[in-house]
Amino acid sequence: MTAPSGRIRAALLGAALLATLSACAPGTGQQVTTPPAPTASGSPSGVNTDIAGVGDVTLTVWDQEVRGGQNEQIEKLNAGFQDKYPNVTIKRVSQSVDDLATTLRLALTGDDAPDVVQANNGRNTMGAFVAAGQLIPLDDYAQAYGWQERFSPSILKFSTYSTDAKVFGEGSLYGLPQTGEVVGVFYSRSKLAGLGLEIPKNWTEFEAALATAKQAGETPLVLGNIEKWPAIHVFGPLQGSTVPADQITALALGNSGASWTTPENEAAAATLQGWVEKGYFNEGVNGADYDAVWQGMTKGEGVFLIGGSWLAADMGAAMGDDLGFFVPADAAGRYATTGGTGLPFAVTSASQHSDVAAAYLDFLTSDDAMQILVDTGNLPVNRTAELAGSAGGALSEVFTEFGKVAGSGDVLPYLDYATPTFSDTLGAALQGLIDGQLTPAAFTEALEADYAAFVASNG
Amino acid sequence: MADREGLTSDRRRNRLAGPAWLPWVYLAPALLLYGGFLLFPLARAAQYSLYEWDGLTPSSTFVGFRNYLAVIGDPRLREAFGHAGVLIFFYAVLPLAIGLILATILARGKVRGRGFFRVVIFLPQVIAMVVIAVTWRQLYAPDGPINATLRAVGLGALARPWLGDYFWTLPAVGFIGTWVSTGLVTVLLMAGIARIPKDLYEAARLDGASAVQEFFAITLPSLRGEITVALTLTIVAALKTFDLVYVTTRGGPGTSTTVPSYEVYRNAFELGRVGIATAIGIVLTVIIFAINAVVNRIGDRE
Repeated sequence: MTAPSGRIRAALLGAALLATLSACAPGTGQQVTTPPAPTASGSPSGVNTDIAGVGDVTLTVWDQEVRGGQNEQIEKLNAGFQDKYPNVTIKRVSQSVDDLATTLRLALTGDDAPDVVQANNGRNTMGAFVAAGQLIPLDDYAQAYGWQERFSPSILKFSTYSTDAKVFGEGSLYGLPQTGEVVGVFYSRSKLAGLGLEIPKNWTEFEAALATAKQAGETPLVLGNIEKWPAIHVFGPLQGSTVPADQITALALGNSGASWTTPENEAAAATLQGWVEKGYFNEGVNGADYDAVWQGMTKGEGVFLIGGSWLAADMGAAMGDDLGFFVPADAAGRYATTGGTGLPFAVTSASQHSDVAAAYLDFLTSDDAMQILVDTGNLPVNRTAELAGSAGGALSEVFTEFGKVAGSGDVLPYLDYATPTFSDTLGAALQGLIDGQLTPAAFTEALEADYAAFVASNG
Repeated sequence: MADREGLTSDRRRNRLAGPAWLPWVYLAPALLLYGGFLLFPLARAAQYSLYEWDGLTPSSTFVGFRNYLAVIGDPRLREAFGHAGVLIFFYAVLPLAIGLILATILARGKVRGRGFFRVVIFLPQVIAMVVIAVTWRQLYAPDGPINATLRAVGLGALARPWLGDYFWTLPAVGFIGTWVSTGLVTVLLMAGIARIPKDLYEAARLDGASAVQEFFAITLPSLRGEITVALTLTIVAALKTFDLVYVTTRGGPGTSTTVPSYEVYRNAFELGRVGIATAIGIVLTVIIFAINAVVNRIGDRE
């Protein structure tokens, strides 16, 4: 018996384990795929738009189009693309937006990375993927397919990064959105009529309407904020009414040159806190469920709800013509509110079929696709104004208001794009502001700390 | 005869023992699974915690123990560990107190339908945590059943947004843990009480001991082993809580219900700070080991 004793055995085992571990530091085991540098200008030579000729291809697409109308449109368009190119099979993997955000990181670094993914525009998602070289720049394809003409530059800005992802809003194009989004005020037509109110045109009239509704014993404004992020969509439009648009854009994109600790930002925070103190909101905002609250409004609980256009389809289905939508103007009569695009579709650098993937993106955002989006109750990012007529009820109002804001006003980016931690920082700070834990000044200081630290570290 | 017998038993022993590597073959399936899915990931996590890595880029920086210093230095993370400490009270201490009372009553008295009560008390253990969390989230809603009941009995002043209140949310979440753990603790203790010899109680009663004296002189000391097991299980559950917080509050309002496991998730998957995330995980593992070592040391002492 010459077998080593247990202790030696264990030591050997441990040493072997350590050896395998130290062989590779985290991350170094992956394949390094360098994204192709965007060609300077001119010929989109490496680009192939003849998809029928590429042979049999399976395109794996990860999307989050899971709600009713969203799911309907993507299924129609996927079927349409496969009809057009019978040699292409689309393998669709759909998940809720929260699940997608957490699994995408792992998926992109894995061996079976999808070809096309829907990634949030913000720095902690698309920005992080760009910095890690996991998405390809689409500039050559944009030229071949004419995407710059199809989309408004203010829309493409939200999926544009420098190739090192330090600058957001300038540089190369990394994704194409299908839908537009605008945050505004939903209201119940019958409640407004019952209170003898007109549709408020601006923020002053809106606040007056809130006061009237309160006096009449209604819940003027409803919000479910247990998830932390919903209040961001209330604060955003409010901030748009007091803070200059270029400052908000810099703050929201995490670019240098702005500050949170300004009297204007503080005023917006004070207004929001004031609404809580005056009892304009439903009770227990921070403990109420986002979905439960908008569903409650469709059953008559609440006069106004500040929220995104994505609610229009579901709320309209329940309320019919009773549901209305508007964006209040600021004191100067200008429309500035939070908005932007649905999650853009991007092409991964791991994809073997980037030509097919690009053709798919082109198909999803074509003029015909915009009509399908309208038919399925979505807000198309392009041709919005001309298609407004073919949408019914509250949706046509959403279209008109989006057209107004995107056309002559300012589409303000989502504030949580700013830094990787900002969604959490802002969400927590807003809960504190609503609860009265934070003064408006302390609120802006908490945000400035996050923003300033990021700007400093980003160089 | 004797010789032959000795021979056969020797041969049998040899056949049973077999070659020296044979035990390893028997152990291999379990060892490979345990090693591959537990020891290796644990060692890998310990290694990751020494690096700065975003989970995406194919390169990482060795930073030594800086991630651990960051964990200790970050007030938000210290707060999360503090919350886990509060949860120990709700997951372990409170269920133990309730469980002792319930088990004594159920085991002592001739309660009609004891089996039924045992099933009802144990039921929360069987339900998936996510289901429990979703259910309680609705119970705790501002216009949910709990507040509705309070208002109906004239205690409207106590009604509040249970999961949106800076003071009450952590106890509210903790109470769900109490509800879950109590069944397990009670059933464990009932099994322990059933094991105590009846003549001990008889002797005590002959000596004129009251029910309370009986409890402290006989029941409690005899249950030392069961209490240790119950505390170990529930403390581990308290410290590694994730699903409950994720589903009910996501750490809110503000940061008032963040827990270490939630911070691991947030740092790794939302913020891309894999080094920090694994460092939190390792610290949490060490704390769980340390607390349970103390509990078991006390429990084993005669």
